[in-house]
Amino acid sequence: MIHKANIRPAWVVLVLLLGFALLFIFSKSPNAVSAQARQSENEKITGSTVDLTKFKNAKENEICFVCHGQSKYTYENKDSKKIVIKKMYSEVIIKRDVFYSSNHREFKCTDCHSEDYTIFPHSGNLRMESKAGCIDCHGGDEKYAKFKFEKIEKEFQESVHSQTHSEDFTCWMCHNAHSYKINARTNENRQETITYDNLICLNCHGDIQNYQLLTDKQKPNLIEKHDWLPNQVSHFTSVRCIECHAKNVDTLVVAHEVVPKNQAVRKCESCHSKNSILYASLFKYQIDENIHKKGLIRGLFFSETATIGPDQNDTLNKIGLVIFALTIIIILIHAYLRIKK
Amino acid sequence: MTLQSERLYLYPIWIRLWHVFNALLCLTLIITGLSIQFSNPTLVVKFKLAVSIHNIVGVALGLNYIIFFIGNLFTINGAYYLIEVTGFMKRLMSQLRYYTLGIFKKENPPFPVTKDSKFNPLQQFSYVVTMYILIPLSILSGLGLLYPEIPVRHLLGISGLDWTDLIHLFVGFFITIFMCIHIYFCTIGKTPISNFKSIIDGYHESH
Repeated sequence: MIHKANIRPAWVVLVLLLGFALLFIFSKSPNAVSAQARQSENEKITGSTVDLTKFKNAKENEICFVCHGQSKYTYENKDSKKIVIKKMYSEVIIKRDVFYSSNHREFKCTDCHSEDYTIFPHSGNLRMESKAGCIDCHGGDEKYAKFKFEKIEKEFQESVHSQTHSEDFTCWMCHNAHSYKINARTNENRQETITYDNLICLNCHGDIQNYQLLTDKQKPNLIEKHDWLPNQVSHFTSVRCIECHAKNVDTLVVAHEVVPKNQAVRKCESCHSKNSILYASLFKYQIDENIHKKGLIRGLFFSETATIGPDQNDTLNKIGLVIFALTIIIILIHAYLRIKK
Repeated sequence: MTLQSERLYLYPIWIRLWHVFNALLCLTLIITGLSIQFSNPTLVVKFKLAVSIHNIVGVALGLNYIIFFIGNLFTINGAYYLIEVTGFMKRLMSQLRYYTLGIFKKENPPFPVTKDSKFNPLQQFSYVVTMYILIPLSILSGLGLLYPEIPVRHLLGISGLDWTDLIHLFVGFFITIFMCIHIYFCTIGKTPISNFKSIIDGYHESH
């Protein structure tokens, strides 16, 4: 006789399912504060939060920051003897917080800018001052050899940016020397690195005003252009634009040879296969770093990559294959013995 | 005994329909799942096609599971999956002993199929594990991968999507192993094909 017991496995699973659902609802952690959010947070704060005593040139730099560190500046009109308050042109405002957390924080303003800037009002000719590119300081320096600036410069020269706009497109278009902060190599939070890198592209490709500084063309709608891409949100937050839009080589963490749009990666298999192009740069770099820091098993097994297809672990594959093979062998032996008897 | 008394009507039409769909869907999922995991531009089932098929069939499996689930909640069939805990290990061992030794000595099975107990202890155990743990986990983790924004972002310092992916892979693997054993064990019947006939016409033929 079958006992119609009250607790059937199906009921247990039903309760578990409800539990899972509740867990999902309540554990959906808010997105980690994005680099952009933090940056704008930084922008709200002016000046005072930086401990200027930590930086050897900070005192001297205050001569500039007293005006360029905020949205307005004051001076005395020599003729009328009146104090004048003027709005600072936004492009020349340098936030202290941003500058003193950037890679160039130890510099004096006049290391890169003319000493004549110490005189106010600044001479009109100073506007003609050319901005230094990355290679001007970092090229041929042993200390920076591992960053491969020469290779970056070469890739950049061949990029669609440089080829289309020649000298109008400088390093500064993407990397502002006042705020540039090394990210891909030092930030362990990949999500932040991805956001940081993608915001560089979006600075122009997501902003019509910046975009049209170099072209009169209509800015393409990025969401529409990527309509073909499944799980758009996940792709946009999990991979960098340059993964598909630049030639990835495994000798550079950040590829600089941005290719024309018709050469961008469109095949799923390019990323979702064992020979994934994703393992050429950032992802490979981080996995290597992970293994180095966390040991082989943790570094490989939980490498924060969940890319379907390439995300394979050879050891697990082998164990799986052995279990599968053993199952089949046991079945065959069992079948043979049954038939024989 | 007459022929009639040896033939037990064990599989009502809804179970047979559910089972045939479940089998076909699982097979398709295993094939396309392998194509996705070992994706390679030269594979027979292309990645994009394999993903589309896997997604659609996965959802279909989820819907089919609901039929099984509701059926087992409200019909007598659910009772077959109830494990009587007292002495279960002993019965499980006895069944294991039969499959590893007794079967070759032409012994009678220790738990013959009756109207009241359709499954032997080993079947009961493996079916409960598969149908109430593995399949639900595969459906849930599959949904998590289908809508990657759903899973928890981080768990124990590891990406939630990573966990979901791992669970899906492990569960998929064990379901594959289950299928191989399940299909083989179905050849242990009155004749090697009688159990396959049973799941088609609903009648079980005793040894």
